[in-house]
Amino acid sequence: MLSLEHLSKTYADGTRALSDINLSVREAEIVALIGGSGCGKTTLLRLIAGLDRASAGQIRLDNEVLSGPHPAVGIVFQEPRLLPWLSVSDNIAFGLNGVSAAEKKARVEHALDKIGLAEHAGRWPRDLSGGQQQRVSIARAFVTNPKVLLLDEPFSALDAFTRASLHEHLLGLWEETRPTVVLVTHDVQEAVTLADRAVVMQPKPGRIFDELPLTLSRPRDKTGLPFETSVRRVLTALDHSLKAPQQQPQRERDRQAAALWW
Amino acid sequence: MTGNATSSAWSSHEGAAALAAPALAEKRRAFDWRILLGLFLPVVIALLWEAAVAFGLAQGRLVPPPSRIFAALWALAETGELWTHAWMTLWRVLVGFVIGAVAGIVLGALSGSNRTIRQVLDPTLQALRAIPSIAWVPLFILWLGIFEASKVALIAVGVFFPVYLGIAGAILSVDRKLVEVGHVFRLSRVQLARRILLPAVLPEAVIALRSGLGLGFMFVVAAEFMGASEGLGYLLVDGQQMGKPDQILAAIIAFALLGKSADSLLVAATRPLVRWQDTVRERL
Repeated sequence: MLSLEHLSKTYADGTRALSDINLSVREAEIVALIGGSGCGKTTLLRLIAGLDRASAGQIRLDNEVLSGPHPAVGIVFQEPRLLPWLSVSDNIAFGLNGVSAAEKKARVEHALDKIGLAEHAGRWPRDLSGGQQQRVSIARAFVTNPKVLLLDEPFSALDAFTRASLHEHLLGLWEETRPTVVLVTHDVQEAVTLADRAVVMQPKPGRIFDELPLTLSRPRDKTGLPFETSVRRVLTALDHSLKAPQQQPQRERDRQAAALWW
Repeated sequence: MTGNATSSAWSSHEGAAALAAPALAEKRRAFDWRILLGLFLPVVIALLWEAAVAFGLAQGRLVPPPSRIFAALWALAETGELWTHAWMTLWRVLVGFVIGAVAGIVLGALSGSNRTIRQVLDPTLQALRAIPSIAWVPLFILWLGIFEASKVALIAVGVFFPVYLGIAGAILSVDRKLVEVGHVFRLSRVQLARRILLPAVLPEAVIALRSGLGLGFMFVVAAEFMGASEGLGYLLVDGQQMGKPDQILAAIIAFALLGKSADSLLVAATRPLVRWQDTVRERL
């Protein structure tokens, strides 16, 4: 289980990017962080990945406190970030350190099959399309079998068709090892397609506004009514988060509970 | 041309396959001709000058016609003089280049990868860079004597600065995003340098070495001017003192050929390292 406890991040110039984030993600759960721009989604992901340090609070993975990049945590960035001097298969194998050559080869070949790029194994990243590059980048993260996989708007630069096919590739890879996934996105459809839970965030300072469980059965039918309803629920929550920046539903609920107690 | 090929290909199905290949070949040949256009101007000027001298319109004593320049070059090559001089020049450039490039790579890498070292080292080197390298000549002669050591030192100084600047700049401009990929996979400092920084700086390092080599050839002339009994630079001085402009021009041509082939050799040797680059530079 991945748990974030009282996590805050204030930058050197005094900008409060995140304030008191509490979130726990179960094993094999897919959580979508959703919110307007500047609400600290990416900052939160970078903290979990160990690329930035939190100002306060801590991140724990199965009772181990994370401080810096951890082998069980993988990340896929917004851009593919492939190393241009390595072939596609070498890029996928980049993070496989301390693994025997045969094992490495087998895992890379399997990943290449999974993302449907087996015939491109020996090519340079420059020869691939944007969607293919992002697939390689996802495979690079999956191939080390991380317990937690972080996805930072990995599909935002792609067109709708490519995005839909990448969702399938992602779920296909996820099915195999079922890692915990934290997905940052600003696309409500994407959140409802992939996630078990949507966490709506609010800007200035970045904090959690609301959490919505998405309990649709998989594979999800994007044309069905339940899907539409979920999308609408998330959109409504997102709308509230932007319209009422001062209102904090958690406190509100606590006050109502207190009123009931009387 | 290609438009014609495709339009006639549309008209007959069997013709399409046959036309496709020649159209491509034709395109390539047309491109070669365009390159040859660059030769047009110098060749025409050379022929005009040759004709002017042949018809007695000009004497060609101070500006010898091409035929006389090539005759001088040929004569020098036949007696073997050209090869001794060229070899001497090449040897000096090579030794100076290796010393300058190694120093430039080492100090550039240190200065590029460590902030403290950069703050200590860089201001001094930048100040030294502001001194025209030729100004060192008298000092080098006093320190190192009038023979090879002072010449090689001058060339090494000339090669050092572009290499140092290029390497340090290349390391400083490595994409932070790629370095982060290394952090995510928990590479050690050494692994990070070997697996990400080194390959990332290679293209710019090659450019730095090429401009260093170019400057090396520039400074070998200066070094040989300051007193040498061998070398292409000596041929230049000798031609001036003996009033042989054809020998001067022959030596200049030898310099051009030598410099160009050394540069091409460097490019060819480093090409496998930068093959992955997604740029148009392959053509340059």
